[in-house]
Amino acid sequence: MIEQLPALQVVLPLFSALLCLLIRNKTASRLFAVAVSWGCLAIALILLQTVQESGIISYHLGGWFPPLGIEYRIDLLNAYVLIIVAMISAVVLPFGFGHWGLSIPEGREYLFYCAFLLCISGLLGITITGDVFNVFVFLEITSLSSYALIAMGRSRRALRAAFTYLVMGTVGGTFILIGIGMMYLETGTLNMVDIANRLPLAYGSRTVLVAFAFLTVGVGIKLAVFPLHHWLPNAYCYAPAAVSAFLAATATKVSYYVLVRVIFTLFGAAYIFETLRFHVLLIPLSLLAMFVGSAVAIYQTNIKRLLAYSSIAQIGYMTLGLSFASINGLTGGLVHLFNHALMKGGLFLVAASVMHSIASNEIDDMRGLGRKMPFTMAAFVLGGLSLIGVPGTVGFISKWYLIVAALEKGWYPIAVLILLSSFLAVIYVWRAVEIFFFREPDAETVIKEAPLSMLIPTWILIGGTLFFGLQTGWTAGVASSVADSLLGGLP
Amino acid sequence: MTPDQLIALSILSPAIGALAIAVIGRNDDGGHTPRDIMTIVATLFTFGFVVQLVGPVMAGDRPELSLFEILPGLAIAFKVEPLGMLFALVASGLWIPTSIYSFGYMRGHHEHHQTRFFVCFAIAIFAALGIAFARNLLTLFLFYELLTFSTYPLVTHAGSEKAVKAGRSYLGILVFTSVSFLLLAIVWTWQTTGTLEFRPGGIVDGHLEGTPVFLLLALFVFGTGKAALMPFHRWLPAAMVAPTPVSALLHAVAVVKAGVFTILKVIVYVFGIDFLTDGNYALWLCYAAGFTLISASLVALTKDNLKARLAYSTISQLSYIVLGAALATKTSVLGGGMHIVMHAMGKITLFFCAGAIMVASHKTEISDMKGIGRQMPFTMFAFFIASLSIIGLPPLGGAWSKWYLVLGALEAGQLVMVGVLVVSSLLNIAYLLPIVVNAFFYPAAEVQIGDGIKEAPIACVASLLVTASGCLILFLYPGFFLDLAQMIGEF
Repeated sequence: MIEQLPALQVVLPLFSALLCLLIRNKTASRLFAVAVSWGCLAIALILLQTVQESGIISYHLGGWFPPLGIEYRIDLLNAYVLIIVAMISAVVLPFGFGHWGLSIPEGREYLFYCAFLLCISGLLGITITGDVFNVFVFLEITSLSSYALIAMGRSRRALRAAFTYLVMGTVGGTFILIGIGMMYLETGTLNMVDIANRLPLAYGSRTVLVAFAFLTVGVGIKLAVFPLHHWLPNAYCYAPAAVSAFLAATATKVSYYVLVRVIFTLFGAAYIFETLRFHVLLIPLSLLAMFVGSAVAIYQTNIKRLLAYSSIAQIGYMTLGLSFASINGLTGGLVHLFNHALMKGGLFLVAASVMHSIASNEIDDMRGLGRKMPFTMAAFVLGGLSLIGVPGTVGFISKWYLIVAALEKGWYPIAVLILLSSFLAVIYVWRAVEIFFFREPDAETVIKEAPLSMLIPTWILIGGTLFFGLQTGWTAGVASSVADSLLGGLP
Repeated sequence: MTPDQLIALSILSPAIGALAIAVIGRNDDGGHTPRDIMTIVATLFTFGFVVQLVGPVMAGDRPELSLFEILPGLAIAFKVEPLGMLFALVASGLWIPTSIYSFGYMRGHHEHHQTRFFVCFAIAIFAALGIAFARNLLTLFLFYELLTFSTYPLVTHAGSEKAVKAGRSYLGILVFTSVSFLLLAIVWTWQTTGTLEFRPGGIVDGHLEGTPVFLLLALFVFGTGKAALMPFHRWLPAAMVAPTPVSALLHAVAVVKAGVFTILKVIVYVFGIDFLTDGNYALWLCYAAGFTLISASLVALTKDNLKARLAYSTISQLSYIVLGAALATKTSVLGGGMHIVMHAMGKITLFFCAGAIMVASHKTEISDMKGIGRQMPFTMFAFFIASLSIIGLPPLGGAWSKWYLVLGALEAGQLVMVGVLVVSSLLNIAYLLPIVVNAFFYPAAEVQIGDGIKEAPIACVASLLVTASGCLILFLYPGFFLDLAQMIGEF
């Protein structure tokens, strides 16, 4: 049983998705989905423990030996990302249990949970597999199910947002496929370890160069790297409430994981950063993302759109950490995966609770909510402080590693820019906080605090931002040993 | 109790107090006796525990308490040394009269949200004690930011448009300076020295020299926005929109003193005074402090609003302490440390008086206060005593700190600074004494204020008389604080 866990991690949600179709009853399908997501989390935890105790797990799907068969290969990095995906889905799925609000179209609940589980299995599959073509397959499962999830949004604009995402996502997926094909052309294998071993022989070839270009642009679209982020704000804004929280906290994280794998495992950091000097491109783009994302967030009138633009800025922090190509930088980027998943997931759940209570996500309609929904809004303030990077929250930890990385490289202006951009976060967070706490609410409407089934998941994530802001042994510990092993030869 | 338990208890008491106040306190407006009793209990416990630490510290012990590591090598840890002991005594000691004063003031003024007020107040004291006992820069920074955010609801207490605007510049300047400069300085120190611990003789020596030292010192000094060194002083007058007890304890004692305390601590234990004098690194800071000292006094002269005048006076007085640190001699640092105590006692009295006048006669402008001494003789007498102490005349406490500051300036050979101190004392006379003179000696015929005594509530008057007599006692028995301040530098 235990040795079959890597397969179960993906197969469990995949087949449960199909079972969801048979259940059809909305409450039963939901209960089932929650149970499955908790099962996934349990499997992910066991996998992490196994990896930490006995090193890399190599699982041969169907008993076929790699490189012919598909290999699931779990090292500390995969296990870490699996935990993020499984944890967020286990918290988001039970959110608002017992309440059927405005977010899911009536009568189609079981379809919603089917798509949700498919999306989970896709994300887990991308993370767990050691086969590049398999990555592409799971990427498509994720994308198709997330188009469906986004399109279920209440507003008709959700359809358009989903369509834009569909077009952009398909372009991205195709690019990735072309990149994979070219790598196959050069190396004759699809297994990641094999590719990593054989690519150095072909470093001079133009095909490898083009393959890398296609892969990074393709992944860049999925990751919403500036300036390929166009699809993200609308998709997050119009998707059903819980979907925004789930996608914001997991989808971009998994794309980041793919980028890290491509750069550090497949091509090798030395080739990418020393020969190609990829950071010359990535650092300015990351900085632009940090500033443009935050600056645009300041002017948003919709809370989910504000959070979406803030995500673009936060993705900038992650790619910046990666492009330092140093232990501290990569640790900062990787730890921010987990940290950002916690805070952005929590903040989107706040937006979802507000949606449930006042049926709007316009910041202006949220006047005075601080008094009506004190616990929900307090969660927003704490999540916002974490976005700013106040010490005691997870945001501070990520920022600390990034600044240390910038200073040890002697890139002082970048350190200053990181700090300045966090001041932009102060502005967009506090502009909303002022409206929530100091504007007079409409007198006649009766607004109640969100139900416990919403408060508890929200506070699990927000509480996590505080807990892991002080106890970083696990998050930063895992991230730095991953960074250590990924960088191998490089300093 | 062992000293490390005492540290934990003295820091935790206000935090537990805040929780208890929140639980006990009624949510509606107006006074509430059980809550007030809880507040007093918290203040007494806090002060009781802090006082018990004095014995060991005077005996040469440096009690320590290490909690857990946030980042590898960076722990949340506390260590009580003389300077921190001094600051903790002042903050926790003056919390008692301020609380009593607050009961009278808040009720007399019919303030709303009184429970929130007392909760935030207690959290602010918690943060101040954390700063006082911090063993390393990271712990100090954590509590420094907590102090900023916990005082924000106090500054914006009124909830009016004006209060929200003031809150914006309060948060804006304090967060901007701390995140952009102070955090950068801390990471830089960590990056070059590999430690953030406070050590006697400093940690920078041997790692940096020349221009970077100037830069690092500037980042530290301007990053500590709470010290209100020009040009980052605007938040302090803005914060005067808060209820007067907040201005009294937080914006004349805890918050601003946390700022100058940080600067003193950084200069003594991070740079080391010998290192600074050898390289002449702090000379520019003397002039920066001297400039703030004089120009803030000049601005104070032009202010007709009593609290605004006191605020500018505070800015000027804070620079005395910065100057004491910048002169970087044993005597000047002693003077700076003493001035933390002396100015606190004097300025808190002045603010108490301003608040009492506001409660009793609803006057805020100095030009309206002519002849008010007839109506409020006790208050104005206390105002007179405290003014003399601020000016630095014997037989009041302020004389000691100015004496040591002048001695320190002479020792350092900075005759210009001696001149600055003298001129500033004259300016103090010019902006404080006319208020007293007009209050008592304005021709009776032209006074618009009614005859007969009409003082503020007894809780207010009693507290301000206590702190005014404190100014006198500090002159007669400065020995204890002198002994403590003499030990600054012995970590």
